[in-house]
Amino acid sequence: MIRDFVYFKAETVKETLNLLDKHKDDYKIICGGQSLLILMRQGLVAPANLIDIKNVKELSYVEFDPKKGLKIGATTSHREIEKSKVLKKHYPILVDMEETIASNQTRNWGTIGGNLCHGDPTGDPGPVFIALNASVKIADKKNERIMLLDDFFVDYFETELQEGELLLEIQIPVISPLTAIAYEKFNIIKNDQGIVSVAVSITLTKNDNSCKDARIALGGAASKPLRIKEAEQLLIGGKLTDKLLEKTGETASELTDPVSDIHASEVYRRYLVEVLTKRMVKKAWEQAKLNMS
Amino acid sequence: MEKQLLRITVNNQYHELYIEPKRLLVEVLRNELELTGTKRACSTGACCACSVILNGMAVKSCSILAMQADECEVSTVESLSESGELTPLQKAFLDFGAFQCGFCTSGMLMSATAFLWENPKPTVNQIREAMHGNLCRCTGYNSIIRAMKAVADGKY
Repeated sequence: MIRDFVYFKAETVKETLNLLDKHKDDYKIICGGQSLLILMRQGLVAPANLIDIKNVKELSYVEFDPKKGLKIGATTSHREIEKSKVLKKHYPILVDMEETIASNQTRNWGTIGGNLCHGDPTGDPGPVFIALNASVKIADKKNERIMLLDDFFVDYFETELQEGELLLEIQIPVISPLTAIAYEKFNIIKNDQGIVSVAVSITLTKNDNSCKDARIALGGAASKPLRIKEAEQLLIGGKLTDKLLEKTGETASELTDPVSDIHASEVYRRYLVEVLTKRMVKKAWEQAKLNMS
Repeated sequence: MEKQLLRITVNNQYHELYIEPKRLLVEVLRNELELTGTKRACSTGACCACSVILNGMAVKSCSILAMQADECEVSTVESLSESGELTPLQKAFLDFGAFQCGFCTSGMLMSATAFLWENPKPTVNQIREAMHGNLCRCTGYNSIIRAMKAVADGKY
């Protein structure tokens, strides 16, 4: 049973930030609520004040600039991302990722900002955005700040958002033609939450097939979406060989911190990280080669 | 808890209701408006039996606060045959035996209706993708997919 709360419907960012400031002691923000309402029904979250930002239309947008990159407003729905022609053209990985999230019904109402702020370590967008080197724009009543998404996630269902702060926007830099991104999640039933997911971005050196830059981000492998910099370092400067793939997969697997639960044991999750990391590095690398030729 | 004003258009009828803000859309549809065609099954957002169409999109009425549907237009399964005649999709569901116990059917119909608006000529795979959130424990799904495909192929 959902416990009582006072409901506020905000229509602008300014109004939202004022409400957050006013009710600092005890509030929750709801947008699509596709995760939050489940927790509220279970009594795990029981805010005194619920601030609804679903109608803050000024935060619902997908903007692409060939020089500055991509901006996605926090209240943009999953379905809007999935159906965006601009994203299909310039960031197809985001469209592919969206198609693997839950059902049409969930994606119609659920929002990208809500997904990130929920801080679920098995969420799909977290690792993919980290592989894309995304940042988030956050504001409170007085200030605005931008931080790397790498630093945004803190722990299970916990983010860097402070009292009174609102996520405004996700920013993604332009993808170089020498870069390719691959993402896969392992689950038993398609479109369920991933048991483990791996997103990899590989940038190659021009006219050479060696790796110039790499980003590896994991979902479901720790208490938050996890970037494995040690494994990235192994790739940088290297050529695609089976030996390098093996070493990268092993390193990623060693540096995760997964739990055992009803979906998979810790050992099995580590194994999945190893397999999927190898697979995604290879896939991204080969795609980057194709992009170059 | 103080009740708040909800202005909602359901099946083309405008309502003003005072409700507790914690009420879910499915509760208001069933308990306040007595539109019991919409079914509440899992209540965890996992089965889509409670699907309704909100501003043209299929959504789960158990996973939306009724207050979030303020000033919105909602269609429930009752709207489909308002004129007294079944829609092509409903006829196809009957002909193909696309239900047994019927508990998932209103959600299936509303999801399928919204999907066919969006994509009137889908492939079987697209139908499977679009409907995968709607669980049915009786039919094995094939009859539902066949019924939808028949409508998409203009056979109704």
